[in-house]
Amino acid sequence: MGSATGREAIVVDALVKRFRFRHVHSLKETVARWVRGRSENVDEFTALKDVSLTIAEGETVALLGFNGSGKSTLLKCISGVLTPDEGQVGVRGRIAGLIEVGAGFHPDLTGRENVYLNGAILGMTEAEIEERFEAIVAFSEIEEFIDQEVKFYSSGMFLRLAFAVAVHTDPDVFLVDEILAVGDEPFQRKCLDRIRSLRAEGKTLVIVSHDLNMVADLCDRGILLEHGVVVMDDEPHAVVRRMRGEA
Amino acid sequence: MTDAALRPLPEGMERPGVARGLLSLVRDRYLLTLLVRKELRVRYQASVLGLAWSYVKPGAQFAVFYFVMGQFLNLSRSLPPYAIFLFSGIVVINLFSEILGNATRSVVGNGALVRKIFLPRQLFPLSSVLVALVHFLPQLVILVVGALISGWRPDLLGVVAGVLGIALTLVFALGLGLLFAAINVAYRDTENTVDLILMVAVWFSPVLYNIALVRDHFGADSWLTWLYQANPLTIAVELFHRAFWWNAAEPGIRDGALVDHVMTRGVIALAVSVVLLWVGDRVFTRMSRTFAQEL
Repeated sequence: MGSATGREAIVVDALVKRFRFRHVHSLKETVARWVRGRSENVDEFTALKDVSLTIAEGETVALLGFNGSGKSTLLKCISGVLTPDEGQVGVRGRIAGLIEVGAGFHPDLTGRENVYLNGAILGMTEAEIEERFEAIVAFSEIEEFIDQEVKFYSSGMFLRLAFAVAVHTDPDVFLVDEILAVGDEPFQRKCLDRIRSLRAEGKTLVIVSHDLNMVADLCDRGILLEHGVVVMDDEPHAVVRRMRGEA
Repeated sequence: MTDAALRPLPEGMERPGVARGLLSLVRDRYLLTLLVRKELRVRYQASVLGLAWSYVKPGAQFAVFYFVMGQFLNLSRSLPPYAIFLFSGIVVINLFSEILGNATRSVVGNGALVRKIFLPRQLFPLSSVLVALVHFLPQLVILVVGALISGWRPDLLGVVAGVLGIALTLVFALGLGLLFAAINVAYRDTENTVDLILMVAVWFSPVLYNIALVRDHFGADSWLTWLYQANPLTIAVELFHRAFWWNAAEPGIRDGALVDHVMTRGVIALAVSVVLLWVGDRVFTRMSRTFAQEL
């Protein structure tokens, strides 16, 4: 399998995402506001302002920006969790969001049950989960605890298992948000190796991380967001230098 | 957002996270069964009685109603076999209550998932229906056994009435459940409203007494009687009475004890509930676009 085939994997077209904060939730407050003659009870905040970009199949892209720049919102729009207010997003093939690992884990279920549940949540079929179960457990390195309830796991074990499920979903497009901060150093290296092998297989990856050196080395393109606007789209080391004020 | 104004996407691309209706869940059967299994496992986690609780609760409820209403207020003499009359109504109300109560809380309760991963959100209310059915089946078995002991024998119309009654309860409860689950994301008052509905449901349908009491009190032509009889839950309870009680009761007692034209009313109520389910599904699908940011 080669990398870039020239086809688009992700198209973001004039995307606008606003958040509304509905402040008034109780009758008492509504009446109080109404008496004072203030009717507006909705504040708006535009997280993404007219973002357009195209990511080709097989590209590894770092989404960069400081806190509040809209990186995670953009990732959530691509994964489908958030619906655009204007514009649109298009994705080719199956998509897996490692937006927050372990979101579908339930503490009262065993490791095994959680692997099945989370695998299905991430879009795997029963046969696929069964086929990869061994590999998932081996990757997570918690063989002897797999039939224990997850609430007895250490936080490192929990994250390792969650990550193991996520990287075995075999999607075409991979969205990675701050998950490389998982576990100890040997496990981190293992995760990075796994991501590199996904990349070598020609998967499309979009990565958000605050570890700038790591993502710059890992990715072949960097997109810089500032206050919901794309301000730079270039080679990742150049983008990181700009973020650090070096260029 | 106006879909019409959007440029077409390149060939073979899809918009992620587009909410589809209830029928699209056929594809997610496997995930649905896992969610149901999770729900049951979690609910009876670290519990000695486990699933047996689904027998204990209706059993206690039945005992209370039987003694208070049947013995103290003497209703058991007018509707023999009163135990069957009572229990066939209770199982319908329990099924309805469990679906509606759990479906309403299902989206907010799974907020952690809804905020982070895109799944068809209808899965959550729908899994409440399946969980409720798991609890309903043993109750139904007890009802059938009890009815057989009391001299009931199944008849064709009775079986049809029973199936219609279950279908009506499921469709009506899921329709309301989808509606309330969606509204509950923005307004948590919904949970309390639903609790209120469930509290009065058992009294405003002919579970403890027969419908003749309502007719005699308001008058057969009163709009209040009409309203009472228009409640799909009333019809579902009466269908269950027709299925499990009617054949066990003496002809002199059962005549006029149920709502008239119960089968026709059942079909009409089911048709209305199907429309309600369709509306509930549409509203849910529409509102589900903003679930992730409202939670």
